[in-house]
Amino acid sequence: MTRPPIAMLAELTHRCPLACPYCSNPLDLVRGAAEMGTEDWARIFREAADLGVLQLHLSGGEPAARRDLVDLVAAARAAGLYTNLITSGIGLTAARLAALDAAGLDHVQLSLQGTDAAMADAIGGLEGAFARKLEVARQIGEIGFPLTLNAVLHRRNLHQLPRAIEMALELGARRLEVATVQFHGWALRNRDALMPSREQAREAGQIVAEARARLRGRLVIDYVPADYHGDYPKRCMGGWGSTGLNVAPDGTVLPCHAAQTIPGLEFWSARAVPLARIWAENPAFNAYRGTEWMAEPCRSCERKTKDFGGCRCQAMALAGDAGATDPTCVKSPLHADLAARAEAHAAADAAFVFRPAPGRETAGQGA
Amino acid sequence: MIGPGEVPRLPRGVRVQPDRVRGGWVLLAPERAVTLDAVGQAILAEVDGSRSFGEICARLAAAFGAPEAQIAEDAGGFLNALRERLFLEVSP
Repeated sequence: MTRPPIAMLAELTHRCPLACPYCSNPLDLVRGAAEMGTEDWARIFREAADLGVLQLHLSGGEPAARRDLVDLVAAARAAGLYTNLITSGIGLTAARLAALDAAGLDHVQLSLQGTDAAMADAIGGLEGAFARKLEVARQIGEIGFPLTLNAVLHRRNLHQLPRAIEMALELGARRLEVATVQFHGWALRNRDALMPSREQAREAGQIVAEARARLRGRLVIDYVPADYHGDYPKRCMGGWGSTGLNVAPDGTVLPCHAAQTIPGLEFWSARAVPLARIWAENPAFNAYRGTEWMAEPCRSCERKTKDFGGCRCQAMALAGDAGATDPTCVKSPLHADLAARAEAHAAADAAFVFRPAPGRETAGQGA
Repeated sequence: MIGPGEVPRLPRGVRVQPDRVRGGWVLLAPERAVTLDAVGQAILAEVDGSRSFGEICARLAAAFGAPEAQIAEDAGGFLNALRERLFLEVSP
């Protein structure tokens, strides 16, 4: 029997007031009119809890763009799920936060596009967003929600990492995620603008290590390093079809948020098929589950159950084969080429290609 | 290390609940789920936000028929590890 998943990411909507150049949502966004309604989501939350999911991440797009967000949180808590809201803060008001509190929301993860208005508003493509976010952070603190700050870092704002750590303390966050941009979705198009230099990546690692030691017991720091500059790939999703699953706004169930970039995989919808059956039987979930699918050099590698050959979507994007070793691994034949490309991306001085107002054309529909 | 007079409690956003699919108990915290063994579950069942660490150790020693010093060492180590990850708060 397949081991049950621990976490589910519910992409409630792809609509978002921000237009970040590293958006991880797919290039083809689900339009507002195709989003599932409250009842479908509530049923899927119950199916997830029955399957063994413990942690639910309500994400997007911007989940606050859903008018029924409070009802969705209440439904998740009624299903027994630990409920986390992943938000930019835009669209949350004091009254809405109070309603989310009453509905039982467990935790808020607030994204940080920069540590000042000039940077944050430029990255998110929305004037006033930073000031609004700080106000929401203050209201989150007043209610007492446990807060994680998620600082998304890249070449343009990595120098703000020390300030992001200070902000996490000032805002009373318990956790800080220092997430170097991962090159999926829209970020792939912006590698020439976003790729950190090797020196920046090294320095970020040192700053995180120093802060972790200094703030032990006060702030937990999770760190996602720049993987084009690393030696070994990430343990993507804890292993494909192993610990987590994603549900897209229209109910399509995915092993990870980028899985639709892999051709030939057929994804099933939670609107039509029970979640437990999708988890166990959907061939897309079984395609890269475990280690049987691996070729060399992964097959005989002593790290194969540590990182599961890295990210399948990255192997697809960079090697043209989702079954290949993730080229961010030193054992990949493409690694030397990737390292050279990373240097070239980092040296380029390209302007951002912004997402053209994701979902704004559909604002007001759905939800 | 937690002192005998200090009171441990689970902060907001951290809770212990049965894992009805896998069995046993699980500690749920921001973006983390920690499977508890029987010992961990027994210790956390005594953490109610009003009992001191000393009282907790005395109760566990009585329940398990074990020397209190041994209990204090084991439970103290367990609770300190949770405290370091901010899954537990301690008030004087």
